[in-house]
Amino acid sequence: MPESSMIGTRIRERRVMNGIRQSELANMVGISPSYLNLIEHNRRRIAGKTLIKLAEVLEVEPSALSEGAEVTLIAALREAAGSQNGIRVETERVQEFAGRFSGWANLLARLHARVEGLERTVETLTDRLAHDPHLAASLHEVISSVTAIRSTSSILVETEALEPEWQARFHRNIDEDSRRLAEGAEALVRYLEGAASSEADIKSPQDELQAFLARSGFHFPTLEEDRTGAFEITAIIDAATELGTEAARRLARDTLKQYRADARVLPIGPFLSEVRRDPSPERLARVFCCGLPLIFRRLAALPDSEVGLIGLVVCDMSGALIFRRPFPGFVMPRDAAACALWPLFQVLGQPHAPVRALLRQAGRGQETVLALAATEQTAPATFDQPALLRAHMLILPEPKARMEDPVRDVGASCRICPLRDCRARREPSIVADGF
Amino acid sequence: MDRKVLLIEDEPNIIEAISFILSRDGWEVKTHSNGHDAMDAVRARRPDLVILDVMLPGKSGFDILQEIRADADLGATPVLMLTARGQIKDRELAEKSGVSRYMTKPFANADVLEAVRSMVGS
Repeated sequence: MPESSMIGTRIRERRVMNGIRQSELANMVGISPSYLNLIEHNRRRIAGKTLIKLAEVLEVEPSALSEGAEVTLIAALREAAGSQNGIRVETERVQEFAGRFSGWANLLARLHARVEGLERTVETLTDRLAHDPHLAASLHEVISSVTAIRSTSSILVETEALEPEWQARFHRNIDEDSRRLAEGAEALVRYLEGAASSEADIKSPQDELQAFLARSGFHFPTLEEDRTGAFEITAIIDAATELGTEAARRLARDTLKQYRADARVLPIGPFLSEVRRDPSPERLARVFCCGLPLIFRRLAALPDSEVGLIGLVVCDMSGALIFRRPFPGFVMPRDAAACALWPLFQVLGQPHAPVRALLRQAGRGQETVLALAATEQTAPATFDQPALLRAHMLILPEPKARMEDPVRDVGASCRICPLRDCRARREPSIVADGF
Repeated sequence: MDRKVLLIEDEPNIIEAISFILSRDGWEVKTHSNGHDAMDAVRARRPDLVILDVMLPGKSGFDILQEIRADADLGATPVLMLTARGQIKDRELAEKSGVSRYMTKPFANADVLEAVRSMVGS
């Protein structure tokens, strides 16, 4: 049925929806009820003035009546219909379906698109599973021992008058293989469980430190007071259940010492009152006559209630991330090396030139953030050793006022980054091709 | 009727079980348990049938199968392939390499017997 002839159906739908009787509508547009009836049953073509008048009374755009459902919806519906063998779909009435049940039709089209997406994901995951060497090895072990047990046990059951020596031998084999099977199954379970929960496990001292800082909200009131010393730091560390290892406690101690040193240079009272006036890091650095990294650290040590969303990431000269105050929507990789396109690494090349950039991290929600990066020297240069630097990158929400700067597309870490044709890519992504 | 079968497999207990059921069925069973010199064993034994595992230390069953098929003398030897993976790709690869029959682990003893009997066509 051609598209234009469905106008009548749409008029009828719309009229019923608006709760108008056929005769009423006919009256309002000045045609006879029987003529409207013919139109509504697609037996008379309408256009021009009558159509415009009808649209006006029905409070819709005339094109909504004349054009109906979009072409793309129809195409999507046809595709959905073609994907299912064995169900006879009334494809010849697709126009009518889309016109009369546009909500259902859109739902169907969207569900079909979703199914297709999920199917692709499942395929990719299955493929990855099939090529996982650990999994393949464990499975091979399990299948081999099952095969031996299966074959041996049926010999024991099916062979009549099996000699005692053979019997004893096969019993021993079954015992051996069942033990192997148990181990193999256990390894498999361990592997699968590990794969599922590896994100949640706390592993390295860095992770313990991170968990401790996150729980404290990156703010330590006792270290903000005037006369604090080693005693307060020890008290905080002793009370922290997250710091299970000596290495983690050591890291925490260093971090808190830095915190206290920063707090002494920039006490919270005057700092906070300036922040409340205008939190621009550049201005704060000028007011307090200090470097940007210190301002970044002090900002990132304020409670959420004062600064709102704020993230900070610090790396050493090897590029290893040694401090992370997370920013929602901006992924800072835990184990893997971060994206080489981050301004954080750029400033290591030109330590005296801070960088400001709008960043959009690929994947996820693609929120744009403002990144400010600057370096700080942590050990001076000598004739034997170069100076040691740490780069800091402050992450802030995208400013409301429009910035002239172009937005830089970056990733989190290569393996999980979907950016294509990236100049900085160092290893293939597990998401770029499959998803 | 001395029907000779060469079993190339690296799992000792699977070797033992298959050897047992085939010997009881009247086969002369020789075994070999690694991949890299499997072809020498085939040449030396000149079996009526080869049972070949896919995952062997040293060389894959597919490579050995291709070598058997490429050999002027032994090329027609029936080969029954065993694999721990029933994947379509493995099966396709085996068929492309000229396998006579293909069986996935774990298997039933009766199926192995049925297969080898039908392949040699006593």
